[in-house]
Amino acid sequence: MAEVLSNPSVRDLAVSLRDGKDAGRKLLVCYITGGLHSDWRELLYVLADAGADAVEIGIPFSDPVMDGPVIQQASMEALTGGATPLSVLSELEKENPGIPLAVMTYYNLVYRMGEERFAERLLQSGVTGAILPDLPLDEASGWIKTGEEHNLSPVLLAAPTTREERLSEIAAKSKGFVYAVGLLGVTGEREELSSSASVLAGAIKRHTDTPVLVGVGISTPEQAKEVCRVADGVVVGSALVRRILENKSRKEIGEFVGGIREALD
Amino acid sequence: MAIDKIDTDTESHLMADHQEDGKFGDFGGRFIPESLIPACRDLEEAFYEAFADKTFTDTLDHLLKTYAGRPTPLTYCGNLSEKLGIKLFLKREDLTHTGSHKINNVLGQALLAKRMGKKRMIAETGAGQHGVAAATAAAIFGLECVVFMGAVDVSRQALNVFRMKLLGAKVVPVTSGSATLKDAVNEALRDWVASVETTHYCIGSAMGPHPYPLIVRQLQRILGDEAREQYREVAGEDPDFVVACVGGGSNAIGTFAGFVDTKSRLVGVEAAGGAAMHNGIPGVVHGMRSRFLQDESGQILEAESISAGLDYPGIGPEHAYLGEIGRAQYSFVGDEEVIAAFRVLSETEGIIPALEPAHALAYILRSVKEGTIPRSSSVLMTLSGRGDKDVAQIMEMLEL
Ligand SMILES: Cc1ncc(COP(=O)(O)O)c(C=O)c1O
Repeated sequence: MAEVLSNPSVRDLAVSLRDGKDAGRKLLVCYITGGLHSDWRELLYVLADAGADAVEIGIPFSDPVMDGPVIQQASMEALTGGATPLSVLSELEKENPGIPLAVMTYYNLVYRMGEERFAERLLQSGVTGAILPDLPLDEASGWIKTGEEHNLSPVLLAAPTTREERLSEIAAKSKGFVYAVGLLGVTGEREELSSSASVLAGAIKRHTDTPVLVGVGISTPEQAKEVCRVADGVVVGSALVRRILENKSRKEIGEFVGGIREALD
Repeated sequence: MAIDKIDTDTESHLMADHQEDGKFGDFGGRFIPESLIPACRDLEEAFYEAFADKTFTDTLDHLLKTYAGRPTPLTYCGNLSEKLGIKLFLKREDLTHTGSHKINNVLGQALLAKRMGKKRMIAETGAGQHGVAAATAAAIFGLECVVFMGAVDVSRQALNVFRMKLLGAKVVPVTSGSATLKDAVNEALRDWVASVETTHYCIGSAMGPHPYPLIVRQLQRILGDEAREQYREVAGEDPDFVVACVGGGSNAIGTFAGFVDTKSRLVGVEAAGGAAMHNGIPGVVHGMRSRFLQDESGQILEAESISAGLDYPGIGPEHAYLGEIGRAQYSFVGDEEVIAAFRVLSETEGIIPALEPAHALAYILRSVKEGTIPRSSSVLMTLSGRGDKDVAQIMEMLEL
């Protein structure tokens, strides 16, 4: 851990997003599926150049219950292409896009490797945050402690159905940012921004200074801008991954992300 | 051959009615997306309340009796017993309405859903028996019903698909992953993440996040409790062996619940291609910590079995626990032995079993042959369902 933090080129998720928020910047986190197409790592630089504040790398899992059709397909293609947690992480080790990295994956992959070893492996690859959508607060105490010990940020999720007393605990324990799931549903593009998104973001913000980012169902610059009237930022996933699956050029992907950046500024 | 000594300390808390943290030793828990947490908590509360409410339990008892056809008989298999040199009894869940033990679970869950004000019920299904049962219960209670079913199973269980439709349910074929039971569970969970405010997820086996393994066991224990009383009435004691097939583990856990505090040996039988107890290792999937077939990274493997109902790479968490503490043993059998058992029961007893419980019988046939079930033993087996749904599939494999 000390090694990673002493390496000035690795940006810490929590520090970096906090700085951004304090500077009055709306935060943009982009999700891509690790191991999807052999040149997937080049996207890290495209996203950084286009104004992403952090990248969330999905480590593909066989049974992604929080994901809709687009990310399911991306996960499946990456797995078929031979991606494993170790292959994705060791490929990441060689990269440094200059913005912080987090992973999003499912708990069984962490459990299988062991929480301790998984955390160490993330830091070794320059990853300073982790989002595990099937590890709710009730089951996360061990993982949160591991995060603290390694200076790795466990990002917790809050949903529109989360009740107030629980919201305060999630807000207090989440590190890096609080992931506000914008709607009741799995990942995927939506035509309309759900009204629950801003309500939830506002409710979480009453409990914490940690940045609150809305994800799930944010697919357009307009939606991002709208929700950031309350939220501190957004996570954009399926809209981006769909473009990757469609083999859109790096330029087009950069332009899409740049469009969201512009809408937020 | 009954086990000699039971550790009463361990036994006393086994299968308790109340399950504070939803853990069975290290297994169980509630590993689900945040959006579903309040729904699981509400369900847990509603379950305890309902079961303490005599109006609710009376309604359920009445339904089980007048609608589902309980109690089901315990049948002595004279011909097969003679042939094998043991005393074989079958608990006849095949004789319930809809033809399997799944009805015990869905009537209780649908009644709970209604009590909680839910308008819609979703279910996953493998063989289609749980789907048919869920569609049936939804029809009585006026709930909208959607059943998720792997595309592979949709084609091998066409009769049940049509049945569900006749009962007014919508059947959604699931093409992701291996397109079998595990993927149907994934898809049902995804639906539930979006629909949780109006919808009850009626899980079909003793699996999933807390409180499901507990609820399903409590709803299925009626078959084990009946069987114990029925067996005691004819034999004046408890059987040496109690055997049931295990997919997620609901008919087995219901059976075991009736005998866990007796000296009977409990045996769960999985399909060879889905033997999570033998070939699986601890993992966290579908809301629970249990044993799963998985690769070295933790990716879940596809199960493979002739029987759609046992085509599941995991096992309910309470079984993982009973296996760990040694209170139950788990074994597995291959497709060929199963087909042989399917035929034996049909020919010697005039009972065409479902392929799932044919696994339990295949285990008994093999164990008698190998001597691990000694001659003169008494064996009680749960015949969890009838074979109508499998006849078309077997017809393609057998030349008669
Ligand atoms: C007749 C029958 N028995 C057993 C099973 C397996 O389920 P469980 O292990 O929950 O009893 C099924 C599942 O579809 C079934 O239809």
